Amino acid sequence: MKGKVHLYGDHVDTDQIIPGAYTKTLDVDELASHVFEYLDPDFRTRMNSGDFVVAGEDFGCGSSREQAPLALKAAGVAAVVASSFARIFYRNAINIGLSVVEIGPHEIENGSELEIDLKAGALTDLTAQRTYPTAKIPAVMLDILNEGGLVPYLKKHGDYQL
Amino acid sequence: MSQTAVEKILSQHVGQPVRPDELVIVPVDAIMASDATAPYAIRAFEEMGGGELWRPDKVILVIDHAAPAPNQRISNLHRMMREFAQEKGCRLYDVGAGICHQVMVENRHAQPGEVVIGADSHSCAYGAVGAFATGVGSTDLAALMRTGKTWLKIPPTIRIELTGRLPAGTVAKDVILFLVGQLGLSGASYQAIEYTGEAIDGLTLAGRMTLASMSVEMGAKAGIVDPRGLELPYRFEPVWADKQAHYAQVLRFDLSNLSPQISVPHSPDQVVPLEDVQGTRVTMAFIGTCTNGRFEDLQAAAAVLKGRSIAPHVRMIIAPASREVFNQALQEGVVETLSQAGATFVTPGCGPCVGTHLGVPGDEEVVISSANRNFRGRMGNPNARIYLASPAVVAATALCGVITDPGQVMENTASSS
Repeated sequence: MKGKVHLYGDHVDTDQIIPGAYTKTLDVDELASHVFEYLDPDFRTRMNSGDFVVAGEDFGCGSSREQAPLALKAAGVAAVVASSFARIFYRNAINIGLSVVEIGPHEIENGSELEIDLKAGALTDLTAQRTYPTAKIPAVMLDILNEGGLVPYLKKHGDYQL
Repeated sequence: MSQTAVEKILSQHVGQPVRPDELVIVPVDAIMASDATAPYAIRAFEEMGGGELWRPDKVILVIDHAAPAPNQRISNLHRMMREFAQEKGCRLYDVGAGICHQVMVENRHAQPGEVVIGADSHSCAYGAVGAFATGVGSTDLAALMRTGKTWLKIPPTIRIELTGRLPAGTVAKDVILFLVGQLGLSGASYQAIEYTGEAIDGLTLAGRMTLASMSVEMGAKAGIVDPRGLELPYRFEPVWADKQAHYAQVLRFDLSNLSPQISVPHSPDQVVPLEDVQGTRVTMAFIGTCTNGRFEDLQAAAAVLKGRSIAPHVRMIIAPASREVFNQALQEGVVETLSQAGATFVTPGCGPCVGTHLGVPGDEEVVISSANRNFRGRMGNPNARIYLASPAVVAATALCGVITDPGQVMENTASSS
């Protein structure tokens, strides 16, 4: 997949991804309408479906709200790339079928074009002509992601399999 | 094989010795979801095929994040939870029962040596009683409702040794704010923390919950408090770490000179000694949350405010951690003292802390709060600023209208009496 970069810093917490007041709804489009509302109010107007969110360390720290990855996915974000992720966000993203790519320290700039090959574990910054290896996903998470999330995974397998 | 407390608990549950970084499927003892996470969990559970719950008596639902419902949409989500609980026969704690984590511990749904998973990041609070407890999202919880199991990577353990005696005027909140400041927001990411040492042996269950709950503010998967000195209202078998256990890190802090700590906007790990921000004007004071809304927290505030009135430009909101806490505070005159001082009580629950309702600050307002997070917008307004402190500091600040060390206010009491 290919897309444009929307760059943010370290420790983007879940209140910045979607404020708590907007999480109490089962309407994911409603969630999407509030994504990054405090951090970057113009995000929705600037972004195109298929774009990437790129950040620094500890993306998604704070609350366990699954509404955070759901809001990003419903807004059309194709993947979140970060130096590192907070653990609950990382699990939630994979469980709902949002791609998360951990690449360690990076020099990706805002507005750059990226190409991500999840299977090959490679991310290329097409603008800077630089490739980053992606961190390995634990096997069970890869299985869940390959099934499209934890709901289809459990529907198929009935139980966890290591 | 020598093991940390967390490794021991997880080994017992998995049925064989586990090692850090190993991937395991672990059977759990109980699970919990609140009104912030249960609706999505219920939907995912139905999408997975629905049917019966793994163990209806071990599935706990709590309505606390927006209780009572501030609008039609949320009221219908609550209705969905009640109908689900009735149909599936699981336990539901309705509006007013209290904050999920307090309810879980009070009602013995989380006990020493157990594995308890909650769809809320502060589920790590059950480490206070010596359980392995961690937070997950809604879909993970749905899978637990169905299977009673989850997968996890065995976390390496960081041992935090707290030596010395806590100076008078400092409490568990000062300890944990200090630690969050030292380790930072991701200082314990993907790891478990064991808190130990003479400085915390004397902590009550309430103080231990304050400590354990904020483990997630350092990114930890779990935070477990050494059972030495732990008192529970029932008989229990403590799980001790082996003396030769291997730790990823051992950190030692001497707390003999600790002073009241404050986390400044906009991140819990921006921690300074109170004196650095003394005199900062506030307009709102909040006491509550799973971190500091228990009886002894209300009592500490009452000790500061007894026979006095809060500053005229401050509104003080108190959300007790549970109905049980509120009832005890009523019986012991703590509610009366605080109300007469000018404080306002709201429903036991999470509302003000998560910005859903019952106390959203206005633009440019400064809030002093006994909560655990002060991220921008946390209380519902990105243009407000939140300082985190212990309940006594919140009370002294409400009294004076500016950030104040309770020690100074209490000294005045002593000299005038």
